[in-house]
Order: sequence, then structure tokens, then C-alpha cells
Amino acid sequence: MATMRRKNRMLLLGVGLSTASLLLTACGAGSSGDGGGSEAGAGEFSFLTNVENTTIPTELETLAGDQCKTAADAMPLKVDTVPQTNLDQQLQLLAGQDALPLQYAAGNAPALTKELAASGNVLDLEATLTDLGVLDQVEPAAIDTIKALYGGFNVLPYQYNVEGIWYNKQLFADNGIEVPQTWDDFVAAADTLDTSGVTPLSASGEQGWPLTRLISGYLFSDLGKDALQKVADGEAKLTDPEYVEAAAAVADLGQKGYFGEGVGSIDYDTAINQFLNGEAGMLYMGSWVLANFNDEAANQIGLDNIGFMPFPRVEGGAGIENQYAANVGLPMAISEKAYNEQAGEWLKCITENYGSSALANQGSISGFKVNEEVDVDPLTQTVQQTISDTSESVLWFEALFGTQATTASQTNAAPLVTGSMSPEQFMDTVQSALK
Amino acid sequence: MQSVLGDKKALVILLGPALLVYSLVMLVPIFWSMGYTFFSGNAISGFTFAGTDNLTRLFTDPEVRTALSFTVRYAVVITVGQIVMGYLLSLMYVFILKKSSNIIRTLVFFPVVLPTVAVALLFQKMFEIAPQNGLVNSLLNGVGIESVDWFGNASSAFWVIVLMDIWRSMGFYAVLLYAGLVDIPEDMLESARLDGATGWRLIRSIVLPLSMPVLLSSIIFSINGTLKVFDSIVALTNGGPGSSTTPLTLYMFRTSFAFGDYGYGSSIALLLTLLCLIVTIFIFRSSRRDLTKD
Repeated sequence: MATMRRKNRMLLLGVGLSTASLLLTACGAGSSGDGGGSEAGAGEFSFLTNVENTTIPTELETLAGDQCKTAADAMPLKVDTVPQTNLDQQLQLLAGQDALPLQYAAGNAPALTKELAASGNVLDLEATLTDLGVLDQVEPAAIDTIKALYGGFNVLPYQYNVEGIWYNKQLFADNGIEVPQTWDDFVAAADTLDTSGVTPLSASGEQGWPLTRLISGYLFSDLGKDALQKVADGEAKLTDPEYVEAAAAVADLGQKGYFGEGVGSIDYDTAINQFLNGEAGMLYMGSWVLANFNDEAANQIGLDNIGFMPFPRVEGGAGIENQYAANVGLPMAISEKAYNEQAGEWLKCITENYGSSALANQGSISGFKVNEEVDVDPLTQTVQQTISDTSESVLWFEALFGTQATTASQTNAAPLVTGSMSPEQFMDTVQSALK
Repeated sequence: MQSVLGDKKALVILLGPALLVYSLVMLVPIFWSMGYTFFSGNAISGFTFAGTDNLTRLFTDPEVRTALSFTVRYAVVITVGQIVMGYLLSLMYVFILKKSSNIIRTLVFFPVVLPTVAVALLFQKMFEIAPQNGLVNSLLNGVGIESVDWFGNASSAFWVIVLMDIWRSMGFYAVLLYAGLVDIPEDMLESARLDGATGWRLIRSIVLPLSMPVLLSSIIFSINGTLKVFDSIVALTNGGPGSSTTPLTLYMFRTSFAFGDYGYGSSIALLLTLLCLIVTIFIFRSSRRDLTKD
């Protein structure tokens, strides 16, 4: 009997031990699964970016083999990508697990970056770059833009953009179209292009934001620069008639078929390609698109054939002259928790070299100073000139919204222009998602 | 056997580990999640007590209404489709193809083993309109009908999802129901035939009642699976256009992890759990009643 009991006890012990070891193995696997995160990231320069952006990873890889070789040898660059539409949730999940990579794309809504900063996940770049002695290598105007949007110098200006409308000069000339000055001219130009069998405006409804940019452009031009600030402050509502009018104007473009067929399924690359192979006459986009324009294989219409214009004026509106939206693209933040001395080497090297390197290799304009003489094409020069001439600029539609309203706006943009959602419904949906 | 199960220690040893693992990975998160319903905030910014705000918000949020109505519509349509198609296929295997049904069975079952994302991409391309027409629109153009923007409109997007999910899963239900049908004793069918029952009469009076238990299990499987649909819709439409094909699961996921509101996300999860519970209880009740009647 005693042996029986001992046997039972041994059995119980064995089962207990094996269960415990199973659980431990499970936990162990969990923590090593976080390897891409801050802990294991100490050995490598981990970088999470949106899959649509190929400019920054390519350029960092170039730097890793050239000017930043020392930093890269000590801390190799490792790039991970996520579709931009999934970026916000990926960041929140990683931040919740303390597993953010060293450098990451800062989210679609500046509100998210502010939240990450408040929880100690974002490195204060003003202090860090001052310590590294390279703060003067960043354009002051870019720092101002970042501070206005992100509540501090929290992100790196790998891109410094103006947004406006790019047009195909040849198609404009063939159809006798003058560069449109007013919204009515713009609609007339679109109509002429449509009649001649060209898609007037190429836009990605899958991304949504290229469509909502048109709404904000109209709003700023019609109601003035502070139109969306008033909404953020609660002084005005998107459902007010003057705001709905902007959504209606853009929905009207869609109703007339000016975005072509199946705009909701058109992704970012397809929208750019439609413009670059001459299927579309106009494209609303930021100047980061110059990197695509400079790609000779993709650009079939030729660099000389592309013009750039400000957002058309809404007649009688209270907006500024030559209205461009300015921003720092989708900027990159550095994780405060993963930052160390080796990362500092990288950061210093990027700040000193990225400006000239990206401009020379990809024609991409950044907020870093250009330290070397770089030959640029006339179109890039025009854009550089526009940036330096622009003293007043506007933001984008969702700049002051939280993540929920940003998602509501961007996912419902395509239904708005295809007519399955009315302008009133659209604005109401976005307004109720605003907190 | 009796003596082993009568021994409490043996019971603890046999059940303990499984119960412990089950509690840790299932029960603890469930109660944890229920706790979240009383808080707002997320893992980044911390949590604040919100009382019953999240639960009352469920009743006023128009997005919840849209998601709930989509989920229920989807579950009903897909369940009916899966079971009806599965049952028809299994009848075909048993009564028409008989012994030579192997190849057809394998072919119809094939989509079940394909990854959901691959199937969704296949359907996306088939129903594509931009940048170029997919197979379906090309066929329509071939017979002189204009291209349709299938994913640009809530109702056509819904029917593409329905078509895809029925195609993807009917093979599984066909095999499940086939297993039930081959269990029906041949002599019983034979005697019914001798009594003059053929075709529809044979199916209605003999086959259907005898395959009722497996049919009911299939319905429970199907409705619970479809109420919790997530992957196929994310891969095919990502809930669009707008939020018109967003089920509760996707809305819950977005609320928690994209909008950073774990509390409200948990409240939506609670709603979904209640929905599954009600449906399951309802089906169990009705099945029990049926069995006593028989």
C-alpha cells in the first residue's frame, strides 16, 4: 500500500513537473518571439516602415554600405514592413508589449505619435541631436512643422513635402487646357480630359487619403486656413452645411467618373502608374512622389512632361494664395526604450548624410540639410523652389483627428466618390468618430 | 475503469493538467476581457475606470448596429448556403455518383485545404475592375454587359463574400453530411423503395429524418463559425467599402488595437459572445425537442 502511495506521489510529481515545464516552454517561446523588439533589437538597427515607402529603406541601405558603414557594421540595419493601412494597429500592439523596433514609421494619425510619446516610447530628438551635435543639420522649417503637428521634435523628417496637383503637360496641351486657377477651371479641365478618353484624376481609393486631401484642399480654400482647427476645437462641425459642401464637391467629381473605374480598388502604386503611363491627366500627391517620377523605367511620360500646381482656388473663398499642403510625409520616430550609443552613431550619420544622399540618388527632398552640391532635374528644382517660397501652408484632412476618425475618413472616402455614401453621411460618420 | 475513475486522486491527475492549461489560456483571458469592459484606455496610455459607459455605448453606436446586422445576415446566408449545398452534394455522392464519387469528392473538398488568404486573393482578382478587368468582368463584357465594380458597392461586395465562403467550405460540409448519409442502413432504404418511395419522397421521409443528428451538428458548427468570421473578410474586402462588410469581430479588433480602446473592444467581444451563446442554446433546445418527438 505504501509503495502504491509513493508511486502515486511520484506520478503526481511527474505530471506536475511536466506541466510546469510545458508552461515554462510556452512562456519562453513567447518572450523569444518578441525578438524583433526592443530587447533583441540592441544588436541591430531594427526599422519598421510602411510597405508603400521604398525610398527611405533603399536610401538607408545605401548609406549603410557607404557613409554609415561604421555604424552599420556595429549595428546592422534590419527593415520590416507593414501595409500603411495596418500601421496604427501594429504600432499599438508592439508598444503595448514594449516591443517597438528602434526606428518606426510614426503612425497615420499624429495623435498616435503624441500618445506614444506620452508613454515614453518616442525619443526626444531635440535633446538627442543637440547632444550628438547635429541639430543644425535639420532644416528649422521642418522642425517647426514637426513641432506643430507632433507636439515636439519627435520624428525625423526623412521627407519634407509640399502637396499639390501634378499634371501631364502634353495631355493639357493636346486638349487646349490651361493650368486651372480656380475650382471651376479644375472641374472644366477634368471634364475636357474625360471627354478625350483620359482618366482626369488618378487617385487611390484603397488608401482613401488621396481623396480626402481634395476635401481638405477645398475646405481650406473656401473657409480659410483654420477650417479644420475649428472642427478639432469643437467650434464647428463637419456636418455644418459649408463643410458638407466640400465633400459634395469631391463626391461630384466621382459621380462624373473623373477618378476612373473601380477607384475603391486602386492602390497607391496603381494610382501613380496610371499617371506615369499617361492614362491619367492629373494626380494629387506630395512631393515625395518625385522618387517615383525619377524612376525612368516606371515614368513613361518623361520628367519634362510633368507640371506641378497649387490646389485650385475656390472662388470667393477665404483661403490663402497658392495653397499647398506641407508636411513631413509619414515620418519616422526613434524608440526611447531601444535607443543606445550605437543607435546614436546611426542617428548622427543619418542626420549628416541623408539630405544630400536622398536628393542625389532618388530626387527625394527631406528636412535634413543638403551638405554637398547635388545636380537636380528642373522638376525637383521647381519643387525645392516652391518649398522655399511657401511661407504659409495648410495641413491635411485628418491631421488633427484621432485614429478612429482617421480610419473612418479614409475607409469611407471611396464610397463617397462612388456614390454609395452621401456627402452628409460621410461627414456625419467622420464627425461621430471624432472624440 | 470504474475503480480508476472512482479514485479522486486519479481524477485530479487525469483532469488537473488539462484543466490548468485550459483555465490559463481560456478562462483567465475571458474574465480578464470582461473586466476590461469597465475601463477605457489601452496598454500604452494606461486604463481609467469607466463604469458601464462602454456597455451603454453599445446601444447607441451606429457602427455596432451595422456590424451586428452584417454579422447576422452573413451568418444566416452562409449557414443556409453551406448546409444546403453540402447536403445536396452529399446526396449526389450517395445516390447518384455512388462508388465513383471519390474524384468529385476530392475536387469539391480541395478549396477547404487552401489557405484563406490565397482564396481571397483569387476572388479579388476574379472580380477585379481596376487596374484591369478580372475574369468575371471580362466574361460580362464578352456578352455585352458593362463591367461591374463588385467591391465598390455594399451589396455586391456582400454577395462576392458569400460566394467565396460557400465555395470554400461546402466541400467540408458535404463530407461531414456524407458520413451521416452512408450510415443510413441500406435495408431501410431498400424497404422504403419496395413500398414505392422514390426521389423526393424517399429523401423527405427516410433520409432527412435519419440524417437529422448530423445535420444539426453541421448547423451548430456552421453558425458558430460564421458568427466569428474574420480572416476571409479581412483578406477579401477588409470590411469595405466603408464599413459595410465589417463584422463584429473586425470592428472589435479595430476598436481595441487600431483605435486603442481595449474597454470598448471587450464590450463588443461580450456582445459577440452573448450572440453565440443565444444561438447555440436556441439550436440545442430545438434539437432536443426534435429528438424526443422522433
